[in-house]
This record gives sequence, structure tokens and C-alpha cells, in this order.
Amino acid sequence: MPRDYSLTGPDARRAVDAGLVTEDWYRTPIDRKQMKALMKRADQPAIRDTILLFGLMVVLAGIAIALMPSWWSVPFWLAYGVLYGSAMDSRWHECGHGTAFKTRWMNQLVYQVACFCMMRDPWCWKYSHARHHSDTIIVGRDPEIAIMRPVVALKVASNLLGLVDVPDGLRRMVVHASGRMLPDEETYVEAVFYPKTFRTARIWLAIYALTVLTAVLFLSWVPLLLIGLPRLYGCWHMVLTGWLQHGGLDDNALDHRLNSRTVYMNPVSRFIYWNMNYHVEHHMFPLVPYYRLPELHRVCAFDFPAPNRSIPQAFAEMLPVLWRQRHDPDFHLRRPLPDSAHPYHDGPRASAG
Amino acid sequence: MADWIDACAASDIDEEDVIRFDHGSRTFVIVRDHQDNYYCTDGLCTHEDVHLEDGLVVEATIECPKHSSIFDCSTGEVETPPACENLHTYPTKVENGRVFVEL
Repeated sequence: MPRDYSLTGPDARRAVDAGLVTEDWYRTPIDRKQMKALMKRADQPAIRDTILLFGLMVVLAGIAIALMPSWWSVPFWLAYGVLYGSAMDSRWHECGHGTAFKTRWMNQLVYQVACFCMMRDPWCWKYSHARHHSDTIIVGRDPEIAIMRPVVALKVASNLLGLVDVPDGLRRMVVHASGRMLPDEETYVEAVFYPKTFRTARIWLAIYALTVLTAVLFLSWVPLLLIGLPRLYGCWHMVLTGWLQHGGLDDNALDHRLNSRTVYMNPVSRFIYWNMNYHVEHHMFPLVPYYRLPELHRVCAFDFPAPNRSIPQAFAEMLPVLWRQRHDPDFHLRRPLPDSAHPYHDGPRASAG
Repeated sequence: MADWIDACAASDIDEEDVIRFDHGSRTFVIVRDHQDNYYCTDGLCTHEDVHLEDGLVVEATIECPKHSSIFDCSTGEVETPPACENLHTYPTKVENGRVFVEL
């Protein structure tokens, strides 16, 4: 069946008519006292991780600059780029949820910095992500579907260098700076925040212009390698882990176990990704902070499909499905549940036969 | 005319917690803060009608379990988006270990 991912097109109306726009999502039953403990916030883990992140960025950039113009600087730039172009995505995400820190201003501060690095307007993406959680992988409703069907492999792969996201981010920045919103944004952003979006875009464009000017005046790549370009050369980790979140799984379903994937990952990727590898758990219980997701994972295990054992194993499962979805957009994975699990909640599709 | 409705036992709610309270066709939440104050607000978040019964109570605020909008339970005022509209609040009192709400 063809899919129209536009938020203002026929599938948007179809999703409403089909009863897919609802909060009636399946949730694994968890004792309230246990859930309260899982939702409890703390500052310490995120302060530690934030000091480590920015400290590493300063050290890596410092070494890279010191080694310029030698090729030995390249690995340090690449590592800096991953922290800028990928780790900032997870910081944007967790601080946007308000779950990373207990103290609100800390969430806000890191959120604003991460939004700048990722070229995501703070207000648009706050609402975009709220919609992603309301209508996860509902075609015509979710603005954050990374892999659309039928899969266009070249387009998907080109985003490993930010070649889809960055032009889109810059285009939106320019439109916002001119005092306008895009039609899709008008479907989910509260109008009261438009002026803040316009002001943010103007400030950001001024910063980028200043960065380019500095690079030209000093005939140096360093300003661009520090600000802006890492969003291109360092985003590959975010894109790879982002594909795993929902790629190859079901769409238009009301059960996150059907459309989201939990993958065990190495400690480095988990630091960069801030534990979003526990993605089914995160979608089902978004108030649980990243540092309690491993515990939530253990609590939910009886009710969830088996997690993927590693990043390579998850890709081995997902890539053949994506390859087939180039020509067969309805094809997807449906993973078996353990005997202890509650059945999948197929929602209105099941009652429609 | 408003009536005082017996909603629940005060001990039904843990410190910094919330329970759902349905009355007629309406749904509410009763919140107990960290200082044993009790509040009653509309049960549904003003952003997308998600029920607040599964939300997180911190001191006298409640956070929507879906999109993290935070409301001050004493005034209903929204403190963080995506919600933009305040919650309606209802006078609440505790007598003889019972929580009463004026509806």
C-alpha cells in the first residue's frame, strides 16, 4: 500500500479516520511504587556525563588544532565530530524530555546547546518530538520517521553524512529567520512559540555567518571544523543508531513492541547515545531517565520481544528487511513475544480485520 | 451548586503521588505533595488529553506521563510546554482521614 508521509496529506486524514491518533497505546503493567522509583530524577549522572562530554570535546578539539595541518589531526577531528554531531542528538533528546537532570535549568541549558549543534529549532523540535511520542511511526502523523517506505537506499544512506538533515535544517532556519513557519510545523507547533523560533533562527544564522567570516578572514578551516561541519562529518553514529530505533518494524500500530527496537550496545555507543538503545522501554515510559532504562528493561523483559544482542546483529536483522521494503513497503518484521508476555495490541487494524 | 465530594482516604495516596478519581462522567486526579497537602485537578493533560494518573509528582507539581508538561497542582498553572493551557483545580480538604473535593 502506498504511503504519504506528509503531515498535511491524505494519510494524515486516513490516520485520524482509522482511529490511529489516540493515546490508547499498550503499556506493560508495572507496579506504581516500582514505576515511581524508576521515574525518580537525579542530577549526578547527567552532570558527570555532561562534564565528560564537553571535557572530551575540548581536549579532542585542542589536540586536533595543535596537530593541524598534519593528517594526524584527522582522527581527533572525527572523534570530536561524533561527540558534536551524534552525542548532541541524545542530549537534545533527553533534555527535551526533561528527564536527564533533576534541575530544570540544567535540562534547558544543555537542550539549547544541543539544539544549536543539531540545527534543530528548540520549539519546533519540542513539539515534533511530542508528536513522535503521541503517534509513533503513524504515517501522516509522525514527523520523525527516519526511514520511509518504499525505502530509497541512496537517500537513506546519504544521511550518514547529514546530506538530508542538514540542508533541511538550514532551509528551515532561513525560513524561520524570515518570520515564517513551514506548513508541516504549523500542524504541531503552538503558535505562541513562533516568535521564539524566529528569534532563535536569526541568532543562529548570525553565529554561522560569524563562523564562516572568521574562517575566511583567517584562511583557516578550524572555525568550520569546530562549528557546523561536525554536524555533517560526525552524525553517522546518530544516524546508524537512529535507524535501529524503528527500522524494518511495523507502522500504524499502537504497541511500541511492534514498532520499536531494543538493542544491547557497547559502553561507548551507550555513552554517545545516552542509553536510547533501550528504545521500546523509552517509548512506553518516556518519563524514565536514561540512567534507569537498564533497570526498566529488566522489569519489562517478561513482556517484550527479545532484544537484539549487538549493533551488528541488529543490522543483520534489519538490513534485509529494508532492502525488501524498496519494492514491498508493507513487508516488516514481527518478532515473537515470550510466553509470559501479553499479546500484541494491534489496535484498530485488528478490529478492521 | 458545588458539593463536597468524598474522593478517597488520605492514606490511599503515598507522599508525592497521585491517584485517579472519577465522578459522574468526569475524571480528576488527587495529588498529595511532599508536605501532606492534597490537591484535585482535572485528570487529563491540557495538551493531548493524556490521563495524569500515571504522572510524576515532585513536591506540588505533576508531570504528564506522555509529553512531560509540568503543572503546579495548587494553581493548575502550566510550568513547561508542550501544554499551554492551565489545568482546572478544585478546592480540596481533609477531614477525619478522608479527602473531600468541592465539585
